[in-house]
Amino acid sequence: MALQTILQHLVNGISLGSLYALLAIGYTMVYGILRLINFAHGDIFMLGTYIAFYSMTAFFLPWWISFLIAIIVTCIFGIVLERAAYRPLRDSPRISVMISAIGASFLIENLAIVVFGGRPKAFPIPTIFSKILNIGGVSIVSVSIFIPIITAIALFILNYLVNNTKIGMAMRAVSKDYEAARLMGINVNNIISFTFGTGSILAAIGGVMWGLKYPQLIPLMGLMPGLKCFIAAVVGGIGNIRGAVLGGFILGLGEILIVAFSPTLSGYRDAFAFVLLIVILLVKPSGLLGQNTTEKV
Amino acid sequence: MSKKTKLTLISIIACIGILFILNSTLGSYQLRILNLCGIYVILALSLNLINGFVGLFSLGHAGFMAIGAYTSALLTMPPEAKEMNFFLKPIVPWLANVQLSFPIALFMAGVLAAGAGVLIGAPVLRLKDDYLAIATLGFSEIIRVIFTNTQSITNGALGIKGLPYIGIFNKASEAIWWTWGVAIITIIFMALLINGSYGRAFKAIREDEIAAEAMGINLFKHKLMAFVIGSFFAGIGGALLGHLMGTIDPLMFRFLLTFNIVLIVVLGGIGSITGSVISAVIVTIAMEALRVLDGDMQIGSYIIKGIPGTRMVVFSALLMIVIIFYQRGIMGTNEFTWDWILKRQKKISEPLNKEKVS
Amino acid sequence: MKRKIALLLVFVLMFATFAAGCAVEKVDNEEKQESSNSQDSDVIKIGVFEPLTGPNAAGGALEKEGIELAKELYPEVLGKKIEVVYVDNKSDKVEAANAATKLIDQEKVSVIIGSWGSGFSISAGEVIKKSERKVPAIGTSCTNPLVTKNNDYYFRVAFVDPFQGKVMANYAYKEVGAKKVAFIIEKTNDYAVGLAKFFEDTYKELTGDENAVVYRAYYQTGDQDFTAQLGNIKESGAEAIFAPGNFTESALIMKQAKELGIELPILGGDTWETPEVIEIAGEAAEGVVFSTFFDVNAELTDTTTEFLEAYKAKYNKEPAAVTALAFDAYLLALDAIKRANSTDPEAIRDALEATKDFPGAAGVVNFDENGDAVKAAVIKTIKDGKFTYLTTVEPN
Repeated sequence: MALQTILQHLVNGISLGSLYALLAIGYTMVYGILRLINFAHGDIFMLGTYIAFYSMTAFFLPWWISFLIAIIVTCIFGIVLERAAYRPLRDSPRISVMISAIGASFLIENLAIVVFGGRPKAFPIPTIFSKILNIGGVSIVSVSIFIPIITAIALFILNYLVNNTKIGMAMRAVSKDYEAARLMGINVNNIISFTFGTGSILAAIGGVMWGLKYPQLIPLMGLMPGLKCFIAAVVGGIGNIRGAVLGGFILGLGEILIVAFSPTLSGYRDAFAFVLLIVILLVKPSGLLGQNTTEKV
Repeated sequence: MSKKTKLTLISIIACIGILFILNSTLGSYQLRILNLCGIYVILALSLNLINGFVGLFSLGHAGFMAIGAYTSALLTMPPEAKEMNFFLKPIVPWLANVQLSFPIALFMAGVLAAGAGVLIGAPVLRLKDDYLAIATLGFSEIIRVIFTNTQSITNGALGIKGLPYIGIFNKASEAIWWTWGVAIITIIFMALLINGSYGRAFKAIREDEIAAEAMGINLFKHKLMAFVIGSFFAGIGGALLGHLMGTIDPLMFRFLLTFNIVLIVVLGGIGSITGSVISAVIVTIAMEALRVLDGDMQIGSYIIKGIPGTRMVVFSALLMIVIIFYQRGIMGTNEFTWDWILKRQKKISEPLNKEKVS
Repeated sequence: MKRKIALLLVFVLMFATFAAGCAVEKVDNEEKQESSNSQDSDVIKIGVFEPLTGPNAAGGALEKEGIELAKELYPEVLGKKIEVVYVDNKSDKVEAANAATKLIDQEKVSVIIGSWGSGFSISAGEVIKKSERKVPAIGTSCTNPLVTKNNDYYFRVAFVDPFQGKVMANYAYKEVGAKKVAFIIEKTNDYAVGLAKFFEDTYKELTGDENAVVYRAYYQTGDQDFTAQLGNIKESGAEAIFAPGNFTESALIMKQAKELGIELPILGGDTWETPEVIEIAGEAAEGVVFSTFFDVNAELTDTTTEFLEAYKAKYNKEPAAVTALAFDAYLLALDAIKRANSTDPEAIRDALEATKDFPGAAGVVNFDENGDAVKAAVIKTIKDGKFTYLTTVEPN
């Protein structure tokens, strides 16, 4: 394989990986606080893309206003979802919460089919994102340069938020011990809402970026990316923001390289993520960057 | 023979009688749905054993069903039918000429699914809660991907068509005895299992793993046992579903299928055999009945335009409402027992007796 | 309060169940009355099962147009009125089987037409084969060979995938002049896997080169990133890409190929003839080539002219290929009933089997031993954001 092709594959892998990473951060934040797989995260992501699409095509708003609207609406939606589907079950067994999450995911998907229709829609791409650059024989679409930059910025901001602000401290407290945090005077419900809002904003940004890179919208578009990004979060160590980014890159690069170097295995590509998940869970259940925890009685 | 055993026997005979009448009076469309009800009873019970009684949240049911369906299909189909199906890539020689009778193939379907249950369960049952859920979901996806790619065994995406009828006499009217027969056997088996010492161990694990372990219950052994039994019946259910449909392909065994069964279990009450049976029948019939929602409805002279997908919206909303507001489902963890019925009867008849005395 | 809400819901559900039971019963009674006097009734029932809802609803709607138009033009046969019974198969295999059962047992139709999508047709075919009252069926745009294989009651007015694969292989070799091709196949799609296989067989024969297919990559339905596969195709030395698959994924493949600087011609199958391909792929769709059933510029028979005029008068737009096929299926059903001079399904089946040189809107129909139409294919390309006719390929 020529050096150029290998470089091309690496570029493609990094570009896909940074998209996964962006979504995985949202997953990992919610999980870190609530200990809940937010199955609906992928569907929130889908909603973000559709909102941006409709504000561009139905209301003819410029793309940057549309993206902003998508982020705000999706954020509100995430908070509402948490209140409606997860808050009433705060003291219930975890199985119930998980079933509720699965139910929420299916409900959003099917509502989207009813409201948006099942046929795919074409996401309009502003020219700034669709320029094709050729650097030394390696082709890159400009959106693929934006995505890693945005992921890096998101990582930086969140790191600061969690480690250096008061609300971040409260988030860490809730994540460590929910009851103790409440006793210390932290309004747990507000913190959880805030986390959900942030997670949904990340999902919306990820959704819009996804739409710019793969401009085809269907109501089930969040399903696979959602599952894969959860896997990325687990691989990196769930609850750990840097781990999620690492997991996202491993998954993105892994998927591209497995297809690139072994065409016969390309049919098994979707299985790669799940195999990786199971291997990690068996070898190091806390993830690559996660801390080991022991079960308390 | 105790009174309860008598009552059980009588009610089984009554069931057979009802099935016989239904089988000879219903049209083929209604019979098809009745068969589906029986199959879903089997599937719901097998998932309820894992999720409800042992408290392991498994989402891998579709994978085990796929194994069962393919096993039974490949073992019962005549060689000519296989040759016709595998027109792109010939079937592997060791499968091409195998043809077993239906009951053996059905049993093999269960055994292979149970085998897969051991292989999958042994490593992942160490995991808890959501990790276990996502790992089992992953396994069922992996099984689907493998089945899509192993074209010389499963015919890949093309699927297999022309599965023989359910049963040994190759007649459509025979199906109901197999679906509901297996369903009744499953109900009895589960009831005996749950009320025995294993059942108590299962429930102890569900309530508190650490306490159960301290009481001397071998956690891993019991979890694996429940998981494997669940997979066995899932395999059998999948096989029956495949034969009822007459055609199978890997896309049939998506997560949506598991979702339907989870819905049945939650609605019936997590941890209730009676609940699962009732809810399997209700949900299966309702899934058919509510198809009306997807099409146009005519009320008087108004036509309400149906929007495709409405039916699934109703079902996912229903799942959420039940889990949020009415977690116990139809039955909670209660069971239908003769004691319960007899007690009720006494309560009703007691006041009457008193009146007579006075 | 919460308990009340939940209880209410359970009651609603039970009521719905009950109501449905009633509805089914009611239909039963009516149908019994109908069947009792169907001997002397002057209505002939034709059943249609199509995906009118669900992901394939657009395809089903196009075919329904064709049948409706045909019925308007030819509402009678043997001096009896025709009643078309539409049943929705909801883009679902289980549903398709249920729909077929309904048409055969409850509606007692004489002949069945459908469906868009081979999977639905196969599962309905199983029902037809196994039911006691066997009704012949005419497939519209389903192209998988398994639909008619081993089923004496299933015919179809479309050509099959082997022929389509052959046509495209010929085009790649003769028109494009490609000596080597690369495949990118939708592995989870029976249609795509079949098409690739038939393309490969013919192509190897044409080139006389066992290794004419230099690269073979797969993807799954719903995948959105194909850069890894395309990156390898770029350096594989292929002179054309054959990419059979659903139009949604195919559109993204076209787009990403362009982004990677791949200039090779991309070839595909009949699924690509949907406006979404042009919308999603945009400029990248320019120049892709695919085979299909029919084009307004390739007037094939007198029926074609009649169909075109009537269609434009009614819908005021250009007809799709599948609409023409559905139109043909209806006309063929009528023709068979006329030749059988009976509404007995068995007689109609025999008449269908004896069909010879039936002039349809989408070409002349002759059946081979499987009941598949042997007819010409049309090759189209995308030019200036529009589907454009290239050439017609005769069978053999």
